[in-house]
Amino acid sequence: MSRTQHNVLPGFRLSLGYAVTYLSLLVLIPLGALIAKSMSLTAGEFWQIATGERALAAYRVTFGAALLAAVVNAVFGFIVAWVLVRYPFPGKRFVDALVDLPFALPTAVAGITLATLYAGTGWIGRFLEPLGVKVAFTPLGIVVALIFIGLPFVVRTLQPVIEDFEPEVEEAAATLGASRMQTLVRVLLPQLLPAWLTGFALAFARSVGEYGSVIFIAGNMPMVSEITPLLIVSKLEQYDLPGATVLAVVMLVISFVLLLAINLLQWFAATRHSGRAAVEPAITLPRTAEVAV
Amino acid sequence: MKCLNRLLALFVLAALPVVASAEVSLLNVSYDVSRDFYKDFNPKFVAAWKARTGESIEIKQSHAGSTKQVRAVADGLAGDVVTMNQAADIQFLADKGFVAADWKGKFKDGAAPFTSTIVFIVRKGNPKQIRDWPDLVKSGIQVILPHPKNTGNGRYSYLAAYGWALHQPGATDKSAQGFVSAVLRNAPLFAAGGRDATTTFMQRRIGDVLLTFESEAELIAREFGHGEFEVVYPSESVLAEFPVAVVDKVVDKKGTRKQAQAYLEYLWSQEGQETAARNYIRPRDPAVLKAHAAQFPAIKTFTVDEVFGGWSKAIATHFKDGGILDQLYSLK
Repeated sequence: MSRTQHNVLPGFRLSLGYAVTYLSLLVLIPLGALIAKSMSLTAGEFWQIATGERALAAYRVTFGAALLAAVVNAVFGFIVAWVLVRYPFPGKRFVDALVDLPFALPTAVAGITLATLYAGTGWIGRFLEPLGVKVAFTPLGIVVALIFIGLPFVVRTLQPVIEDFEPEVEEAAATLGASRMQTLVRVLLPQLLPAWLTGFALAFARSVGEYGSVIFIAGNMPMVSEITPLLIVSKLEQYDLPGATVLAVVMLVISFVLLLAINLLQWFAATRHSGRAAVEPAITLPRTAEVAV
Repeated sequence: MKCLNRLLALFVLAALPVVASAEVSLLNVSYDVSRDFYKDFNPKFVAAWKARTGESIEIKQSHAGSTKQVRAVADGLAGDVVTMNQAADIQFLADKGFVAADWKGKFKDGAAPFTSTIVFIVRKGNPKQIRDWPDLVKSGIQVILPHPKNTGNGRYSYLAAYGWALHQPGATDKSAQGFVSAVLRNAPLFAAGGRDATTTFMQRRIGDVLLTFESEAELIAREFGHGEFEVVYPSESVLAEFPVAVVDKVVDKKGTRKQAQAYLEYLWSQEGQETAARNYIRPRDPAVLKAHAAQFPAIKTFTVDEVFGGWSKAIATHFKDGGILDQLYSLK
């Protein structure tokens, strides 16, 4: 960038400086300190802690449950967002407000409540137990807790995008002879995909780091239902700060790689969609439509 | 308007003595479930101190998981005194130079003014006939305990089972480990903490027996009623000692050593020991213990020092990553 180039908006340097300082103080410095602390170990020690049998099992539980919960949220969160935007019904504002509750509720409260509901004597658990489905104190319980805390992320990212859909687009698709399914799959979903991936990524990222709610419903059995944040707390209980930071760094790296991949996917989806729309129509016209024209 | 002014003046006057009285304040950094005890105890010390010295004093409390608390003190939380539930936490501060290296000798009874022990809570009528440790490993018995690696309560439960097994005729470390491993095999879950274990057992009605501190039993009764459960005293259990210490670095800076020392000493006073007994924590004072004998049945106990060579050693051998406890899980 040349020095003479001026931005139309004033205050560029001030606001950029502010943004960089702010992000450094809040994000970069703490993360840097975390990584620095983990570097106090030798590479051999680091590797040993990072790839211990229990640590590997805990990564599987943590990332597996988070992925599963994010997938479930992506599907059902979409339906919730769709209903909230598209259909008028009594009590809509109330339902809309409900969606945000998992944001506001202290996670420990959520965990204790879910554990009590899904235990064999609980309101929901008593109907599931006879069917042989155990939720509380199993890995399935972890997924349930993560679905609960991740739901708002998908709904709140999809809602504004669905609101922005122009009715004309669907009407055009209909006049061109597309069935409702075709309209949904070939017209609406491609526009929705980038926001959908964002919501998925947010729900996933939130779930990976979740501790408060999971701990009360997981059962915490080693190798089975033990999440990585619990192992980190376990290390802290042994006054092993460097060991705890190793696990944190591993989680950070895995999360970063996964989020990067999702972002790339999102970028790919966005460019592919816009590029294609410019070159060819989003739907191939059925023959009957041509005849009608 | 005049009325409002007068009201304001009244408020200011009312607030003044409070502000003036807080000449000296102490911060007691403590573990999670000691809340009820110190709520009772602090006003008694404040009154006694006022009577003895004429000085007004204010006691503030901070409660959280004990290991978290000592870490906070090491990171700069200005606690004048620490009151914990396992010696290892105070030793951690001693190693960092916040507490005297010989902190155990600074007060009577190894600086632990009261104790508790691990007991069994079973359902009313004891339907599974659980009387002693061997009953925990029978097939079909579900044992509920807090996380044996991460919580003080759970660690004491583990040590209690281990110590009992070690004291059986012909026992070796190997046989004790086999026994503890069998107990852990009967645990369907590890609760997040002491209170969570209680909720799981009492409210969600999971398990046949709950391992917890004797002092928790009374709290369970307050919450769920005496008709719901029975307390079973095993033939032998661990003596949980709740140690205290003055944080040298803080009191020297604040100039509160005299008060902090007196505050902790007061825990051993008749009044302090009585307050503990009323909260179902075992007092050290034999006379007070005798007065509450109905509440504290005699039970044979061993200390962590006697059987495991102290808390630091117990942690290094049993609770560290790759330690005996971790090996026992993998025996599963």
